[in-house]
Amino acid sequence: MNRDRLRRLGFALLAPVSAFAFAVLISSLALWASGNDPFTAWREMLAYANDTRRMISIVNRAIPLYISALAVGFAFKMNLFNIGVEGQYQLAALMAAAVGASVDLPGPIHVLLILVVAMGVGAGWAGIAGVLKAYRGVHEVIATIMLNAIVTTGLLAYLLGNYLRDRSETQILKTHDLPASGRMPSLNRPLAAIGIDVPQGANLQGFLVIAILLGVAFYVVVSRTRFGYDLRASGVNPWAALASGVHPKGMIVKTMLISGALAGLVGMSQLLGFFGRYHQDFPTGLGFAGIAVALLGRNHPAGMAVSALLFGFLSTSAQILDLRDIPKEIIDILQATVLLSVVVSYELVRRLVAASEVKAAAAATAGAATQPAAAALSEEGDR
Amino acid sequence: MTTVSGTGTPAVHAARPKRKLPRAMILVGLGVILLSIVRVVADADDLTSAGSFSAAIRLGVPILLAGLGGLFAERCGVVNIGLEGMLILGTWFGAWGAVEFGAWEGVLLGIFGGALGGLIHAVATVTFGVDHIVSGVAINILGAGMARYLSVVSWVGKGTGGGATQSPKVTVDIAKVDVPFLAGGSIFGWDTPDVLGRIASWRWVVISDVAGLLRGLTGNLSLLSFVALLLVPASVLFLWHTPLGLRLRSAGENPYAAESLGVNVYRMKYLGVITSGALAGLGGAFLVLEGAGIYREGQTGGRGFIGLAALIFGNWRPTGVAMGAGLFGFADALRLRNESAVHALLLFVAVAAALAALWLLFDRRYRYGAVIGAIAVGFGIWYVTSDTVPRQFLSFTPHITTLLVLAFATQRLRPPAADGLPYRKGGGT
Repeated sequence: MNRDRLRRLGFALLAPVSAFAFAVLISSLALWASGNDPFTAWREMLAYANDTRRMISIVNRAIPLYISALAVGFAFKMNLFNIGVEGQYQLAALMAAAVGASVDLPGPIHVLLILVVAMGVGAGWAGIAGVLKAYRGVHEVIATIMLNAIVTTGLLAYLLGNYLRDRSETQILKTHDLPASGRMPSLNRPLAAIGIDVPQGANLQGFLVIAILLGVAFYVVVSRTRFGYDLRASGVNPWAALASGVHPKGMIVKTMLISGALAGLVGMSQLLGFFGRYHQDFPTGLGFAGIAVALLGRNHPAGMAVSALLFGFLSTSAQILDLRDIPKEIIDILQATVLLSVVVSYELVRRLVAASEVKAAAAATAGAATQPAAAALSEEGDR
Repeated sequence: MTTVSGTGTPAVHAARPKRKLPRAMILVGLGVILLSIVRVVADADDLTSAGSFSAAIRLGVPILLAGLGGLFAERCGVVNIGLEGMLILGTWFGAWGAVEFGAWEGVLLGIFGGALGGLIHAVATVTFGVDHIVSGVAINILGAGMARYLSVVSWVGKGTGGGATQSPKVTVDIAKVDVPFLAGGSIFGWDTPDVLGRIASWRWVVISDVAGLLRGLTGNLSLLSFVALLLVPASVLFLWHTPLGLRLRSAGENPYAAESLGVNVYRMKYLGVITSGALAGLGGAFLVLEGAGIYREGQTGGRGFIGLAALIFGNWRPTGVAMGAGLFGFADALRLRNESAVHALLLFVAVAAALAALWLLFDRRYRYGAVIGAIAVGFGIWYVTSDTVPRQFLSFTPHITTLLVLAFATQRLRPPAADGLPYRKGGGT
C-alpha cells in the first residue's frame, strides 16, 4: 500500500518536473542560438537568489501569482476556465485603491474595507461571465476574453482619467495615495523575532499571511466540505450532480463569483504593501501567469505554492541576466514553454500510468482472465 | 456527404449561397443609407467621407486577417485564442524582414512568423491533445516574449534606432494605387478625372455617401489591402467550393465521420491551424508596413481578440467576418479622425436599433423587440443629452457588441459542431 502511494506520488511529480526540464532545455537552445552560454545564465541565476534580500523578493513576487493561481484553479475544479482574472484584478485594484483613498478609518477596518471592495469588484466582473454562461449559454472563455479586453483597452483609462484621478498630480495618471491606515504592515518584525536578519530596504509583505490562509481555505472548501464536493462533482459530470440535487446554473454563477473574488485580491499585496496607489504602471499579466502557475501546480494548493515560488524565483533572478548582457526576456519564453509542456507531459504521464495499470491488472488476472478480455482492456487504456 | 458538410439537407445546401450573399449586401446597403441620413441630420460630413472609409479599411484589414485566421482554425475544429500572439509574431518578423530585405520580403516573413505560431499551436493541440485554450494562452505569452527577446538580440546596441521595444524605422513601403477614372489614378502619365471624389464632394444624400464609400475602396489603395480584401472571396471559394475545403470543414464538424470517409483529419487540422497563423501573421505585417511604419511593442493592441470578436459576430463565415471587421474598423477610424462623427454614430445606433425593434415587433418576437427597443431609446437619449462620446468607449465597442450578440442571438449563431473538442484518431464511438 505504502509503496503504491509512493509510486503514485512519483508519477504525479514526474509530469511537472519533466515539463520544467524540457522548458529549460528549449530556453537553453534559444540562449545558445543567440550566442549566449546557457550554463552561465542558469548558474548566475541560482547564485543570485542565494541572499536574504532576494529570497524576500521571490516570496513577494510569488504572492500575487499564487492568489491568481487560486482564482484560476478554483474555477478549474468545476471545469470552468476563468481566463478573465487579468481584467478582474486590474479593475478591482483600481476601484479598491480609489475607495480606499477616499475614506479614513482605523487601521484593520480600513484594510478590510479595501479588501472587500476588491473582492466585490472582482466577483461582479467575473459574475457577468457566470450569468452569461448559466443563463445564455455563452462560453465563459469568450465572455472573459471580451471582459478582459473591455477593462484593459478602455475602461481603466476611462475611469482613471475621468473620475478617479488624483488631480493634484499632473505628470502621471494615478489615484490618490492610500492613507497610512489603509496600508498593510510588513512581516519584518516577526522575521527578526525568529532570528532572520532583514537587510535594509527589504520588506516581506504582510499579505503573505492572507495568501497562506487563502491556500488553506481553498483546500478545506474544495476537499473537505459539501460545497466543494458538489463543485467537483459538477465539474466531472454535471448530469450526475444534477441528479444528486446540485443546481448546475447556480453552481456556475457561484463558482465564477468566488473565482472572481479571489482574482480581486491578486493586486492587493502590491497595492497595500508596496505602491499604496493605483497608477498607469500597475503590474499587468499576473492573470495569465496565474494560469501557468495553476496548471504547473495541478490546481492543488500546495503544488500551486511551489510553482508560484518557482515563477517568483525566475522573475527575481532574471534581473541578474541583464547585468550579464543576457536578455532577461528568456524567462518569458521559459514560462510559456512550461505552460505548454506541462499540459503535454500530464497527458503523456496519464497515458503511461494507464498503460502500466493495464499491464499490472493483466498480470494479476493472467491466470483467470482470457486473452481477449485483456486485449480489450489494453485497447481501452490506449485512448 | 451532406451531413459532413454540416449544412443540412441537400436542398438547403443548394439554396444557401444564393440567399446569403444578397442578404449581406442588403445589410450593407441599408447601413449606408442610414449613415447618409444620419450624416445629414447630425451635420457630420466626416461620417461618410472617402477619408473615413479609407481609414476604416486600413484599420479594419488587420482585424479582418485575424478574423479570417480564426475562421480557418475554428473551421477545422481548433479554437485559436493565440491569434494575438501570432499577430505579434507577424509584426516582429514583418518589421525585421522589411528592415533587412524589403517590403514584400517583410510581408512574407510576417506570414512565416505567424505560421510558426500556428505550427506550435497545431503541434500542441492536434498532436499532443493540449486544451486549445491553454495552448492559445501560452502562445500569446510566447509571442510577446519571443518578440521582446528577438528585439533585444537583433536591435539593442546596433545603433540603427531600434531597441528592446521597437524596430528601426521601416523605410520601404508597399506601392499604393488610385484606380483610374474612379479615383483619379493615372494611366501612362495621364491623370484621369477623379469621378467618385467629385461625386462625393457634392454631398448629395445617399449618392455622395456611396461614392465616398467606393472612393475609399478605390483611392490610395495599397496593394497589400487589395490582397487582404481578395482573401475574403478566396476563403469562400476555398472552404465551400473545393474538395480540400470541404474536408477541412468536415474535420471541424464531425472528425470521426470525416475519418471514416478516409480524410486525414490530423493533416486537415494542421493545414487549418498553420493557415490561421499565416493569416494572422500577414495581419501583423500589415500593421507594421501600412500602419505605423515601425514595429513597436504592444502595437497589436488586442486586435487578435477583436478578430475573434469579428469571427463570432460574423457567425463563422468569411463574408460575416468581413462585415464585422469593416464595422469595427470603421468605429476605430472615426475614433481617430473625428470626435463629432463619433457622436453622430450614437444616432446611427439608435435609429438602427429602432428599426430592428420595429421589425422584431412586427415579427411578434416581443421580448427581443422590447430589449432592442430599450437599447434604441437609451442611445437616443444619450445622443440628445451629450455632446461627445468618451474616446475610450469606442475601443471596447467590438467587445461589448460581441457579448450582446452572444447573449441575445445565440440561436442564430452556428459555430462548427466539433469546435474546440479533442480529437484522437480512432477514438470515435
